[in-house]
Parts: sequence; structure tokens; C-alpha cells
Amino acid sequence: MTDLTAKTIAELRDGFRARDFTAREIAESYNAAVAASKALNAYTVETPDDALAAAEAADSGKSTGPLAGIPLGIKDLFATKGVDTTAGSHILQGFKPVYESTVTANLRKAGAGMLGKLNMDEFAMGSSNETSTYGPVLSPWRRRDSNVGLTPGGSSGGSAAAVAARIAPGVTGTDTGGSIRQPAAFTGICGIKPTYGRCSRWGIVSFASSLDQAGPMAKTVRDCAILLEAMAGFDPKDSTSLDLPVPQWEANLSSNLKGKRVGIPKEYRIDSVPAEINALWDQGIEWLKHAGATPVEISLPHTKYALPTYYIIAPAEASSNLARYDGVRYGLRDVPEGGNLDAMYARTRADGFGAEVKRRIMIGTYVLSAGFYDAYFTKAQRVRGLIKDDFRKAFEHCDVILTPTAPSAAFGIGETTDPLAMYLNDVFAVPASLAGLPAMSVPGGLDGQGLPLGLHLIGNELDEQTVLNAGLAIEERAGFTAKPDKWW
Amino acid sequence: MSVSNEQVRHIAKLARIAMSDAEIERLVPELNNILGWVEQLGEVNTDGFEPLATVIDQKLRLRDDVITDGDIRDDVLANAPEAQHGFFAVPKVIE
Repeated sequence: MTDLTAKTIAELRDGFRARDFTAREIAESYNAAVAASKALNAYTVETPDDALAAAEAADSGKSTGPLAGIPLGIKDLFATKGVDTTAGSHILQGFKPVYESTVTANLRKAGAGMLGKLNMDEFAMGSSNETSTYGPVLSPWRRRDSNVGLTPGGSSGGSAAAVAARIAPGVTGTDTGGSIRQPAAFTGICGIKPTYGRCSRWGIVSFASSLDQAGPMAKTVRDCAILLEAMAGFDPKDSTSLDLPVPQWEANLSSNLKGKRVGIPKEYRIDSVPAEINALWDQGIEWLKHAGATPVEISLPHTKYALPTYYIIAPAEASSNLARYDGVRYGLRDVPEGGNLDAMYARTRADGFGAEVKRRIMIGTYVLSAGFYDAYFTKAQRVRGLIKDDFRKAFEHCDVILTPTAPSAAFGIGETTDPLAMYLNDVFAVPASLAGLPAMSVPGGLDGQGLPLGLHLIGNELDEQTVLNAGLAIEERAGFTAKPDKWW
Repeated sequence: MSVSNEQVRHIAKLARIAMSDAEIERLVPELNNILGWVEQLGEVNTDGFEPLATVIDQKLRLRDDVITDGDIRDDVLANAPEAQHGFFAVPKVIE
């Protein structure tokens, strides 16, 4: 039998409909691959019965949705009814939601089953998956002639590793400041963060509410379009959900970019970035020209202020959101001997949160505290407005923006210990997050050590289609077929 | 601006995170490093620029004032570390 785990979601869907194979065969192939992947530490919970039940519904004709017969991996940030949902944090260990997130409910409605929950940086705060209470995910990729364990990136590191290792055909991720795109780049897969408000945040464990967006990660651009169509949609339970119809992104895919202008922001040309990455960027410009697009130089003058702005706003929102972990309603409770209510809060949070989460709560608490609020938080919100305005002006001159996804290829577990150096991973990803714009990473090639590098496309508000189309044009021309050798 | 040990201790108290003296010691330079870095925003001229309130322009919706949820007490309490008689239980607050 053909290896079903090598197929794309589009191929699985079409093959299932053509009765080339059954949904049960798909689910069983993936369940077996998941069970044999423990060394990657990608899954925190395995739910083979869930995948089989959805397959049964598809095979019996009870479910006929667009994802009938497709099993998916779900980032541990999404509330899944009756299945542990911990956001990679000790403070939520054992939490079994009594409800289902809107995004995963939408995927289930479309016929998808669940293979399990995917490991991630604690509360999505990290770029390497090392802050997870379950320990880091290992990337299926390794440097040529090396056994050093590499990070799959983060925070959606389990998600990215699962697609790259073919232990899920597609997965959900979330992106607050690059958490879909940087891991997609590190593992040679595709991932898209849609316009803020496309996917409901209801039932997704909150990190920074004005930035958090769900999105899909998969082998191909087409698969991302298929999954995003199923995930997106208006939800009255999320006050920032966009009340707009979901476009037919897959049906409208076209790699013909004739008449499209591709913005090349000069501020993203950073000398300290490895030459290979800037060379791939130049190659990407050539690919888009070949697809019919015209490159135009643009300026996003406040780019260098995006990361510091993000590291005020995101921790501020996190400190507020994470106040809910109080040891009273759910999750961990630790009470020191004879301790009162206040001592219970402080001890529970000390024991439940990891170092990076505490660091961000502390920064957030400080920048929101009396006397500092205007100097830090209000100032950052003003700069955020300027960054948004940079993009508004740029999109008067172009239709989509091309940049590298990340300033490096995947690095080794434990190699980056300085928090500030870790934050720099998202230097190219964060501006689009602050502006709420759709953005995608597509694999472009391998570096000298044999590790994947990604290209990054940023679109105007609500214009996921142009992002996907430009992604498709790159995908067709990059011919990225490299796969990690199976060592796990 | 940089933070002192005393300030970090105060922030930890506001954030309700118990911290030992050693943890505070370790955090002070880390936080100062990050705060020193974000202070570059001071260079940006933001005069006349309003703080961004909503990233994608949209109006907050109003819904009809009707009951849409509720009667799920057991669900609400299902994950409580300690629940008694249909309530969340906490250490004694009033002596």
C-alpha cells in the first residue's frame, strides 16, 4: 500500500472521495506513525480513538464535510472537550475543558478527527519550545553529519515537528508574534496566520488578546487554504471576530501574479543576518517576477521598533490574561501550611508558571503599574499605530510584501540562553502581528547545513488570497522536496 | 529607568508570584536588560498619534439582552481544585 502519511491533505481528501483508500486506513496510518514518534516529544496527548471515530463517520457516509476522513493534530492551546488542555504549562496540568474551542469545533464540523494534542512553549511564550513543562520538542531535522538535537521553533513547535515528521497531515497553530511562521520556516513546511479576527479566539487559551490568531500549518500552500477555510468564520462568542463570509481560498488559488506588485522593504535587509538568508530572499524576488509580479522597493520606517513595541504590549496583555490562574477555579492549587488566600495565589503561581512566563508577567505588571503606564504601555500603543500606518502606506504601492521569515535556520536545544537573543527570532514576523495582517511562511530551500529556510509573505488586511497565491508561486518554483531522514 | 531589588519585589507582589531573594536577584538584571532595550521607543516621535485601540477597524457589536448561557454549575465547578456544596472552596478569609 502507498504510504498515506506522505500525502498532502488535498491528496488524502481526493483519494478518500475516489475510494482509493478508506478514512480508517488514513487514521490507522497516522495513529501508528504518532505512536512511533515518542522521541520527538511532539504530542502531549494521543487520541487515536478520536481519529478512528471521525474516520468511521466518514467511511459510513455520516460525515461528508470538506475534511471528512482527515485526522489533524491540535496545538495544546485549543480547548478540546474532555481532553487535557494545558497550554504547555504545569499550572493547567489535568485541566479537561467541558467545552470545545470554536476553531476545533469548526474543524470537527468539517469532518476532521483529532490525532492528539501538540506540545508548545508554555502559554505560547517562546521561540524554541524549550519553555514547555513537557520539555522541548525535537525537530525531525538535523544538521548534515550531526546528531545535535535542534529546535523546531516555537511556540507552535510540536505542530511544526508533527507536519515535518509526517505524524499529522495538518495541524492547528497559533501566532501572537510569529509562532506559526517561525516554526514553519524551521521545519520546511507552510503556515499562515490570517488577518486578526478571521479565526475565533473563543476557547483558545489567551496570551495577548490583541495579537493572538489561530492558523493552519501543513505540507503545502493548498493544504493551508483548505484548513483555513474550515477554521475561519464569524463567531459571536469572540467580540473581535470579523463578521464576514469566509472566502473560497482554495478554489481561487492561482500562481499567476501578473499585475501584482511585490513590496521589498529595505528595512528588512539586515547585515547581521546570514548571507544565505538574504540570497534566498533575492531568489524569492526572482521567483515572483517569473510568476508575473513586479518588485517594488518599499519603506517600513518603524520596523526596528516593532520588537520592543511587542515586548511591551504582549507581556502587558499576558500579565492581565494570566491573572486568572489563581488556584481557585481550575488548574493547580498550592497552599503553604497555614497560608491564607493571598499566600495561596502567590504559591500556586510560583509553582505553576515557568521562568519565561514569570519573566513576562513581571514585565507586563511593571509596564502597566501606576506611574509607568503612560511611559511604556501608552507609548508602545502609539508606536504600534505608526507601524500599522507604515503598512497602510506601503500597500498603496504594492499588493503583497516579501521578506525572509526568520533571521536564522533552526538552532540547537539549549544554544540560546539569553531571553533578549531569543526574542530576536521574531524580528521579521512581529511587525505583521502588530498590524493584524495576514502573513505566511513557505519553504524556500536549504542552508549550507541542510536545514530549511522560509520565505515570508505579508498581505493587506483581509487579503489572504494574494498571500496564498504568492506562496503558491514560490512553492511551484522552489521545488522544495527535501525531507528529514527518519531517526526517531 | 531601571528597577531595583525592592521594585522587583513589589512587582512580584502585585503579580501574586511568590519569589525567593535569590530569584529576585536573578530577575533584576534580566528585567533591566529587557527594559533598557524597550526604552529605545523613546526615540520615536509619536506627537499627535493616538494609541492604537483596535488593529482591524471594527465596531463593537451589541447583542440582545437575553440569557444565552447558564444552568451549568457542575460544568463550571468540574475543574476546581476544591469545590464544596456547589461552590468554589478557598482557605478561610474571615477569622
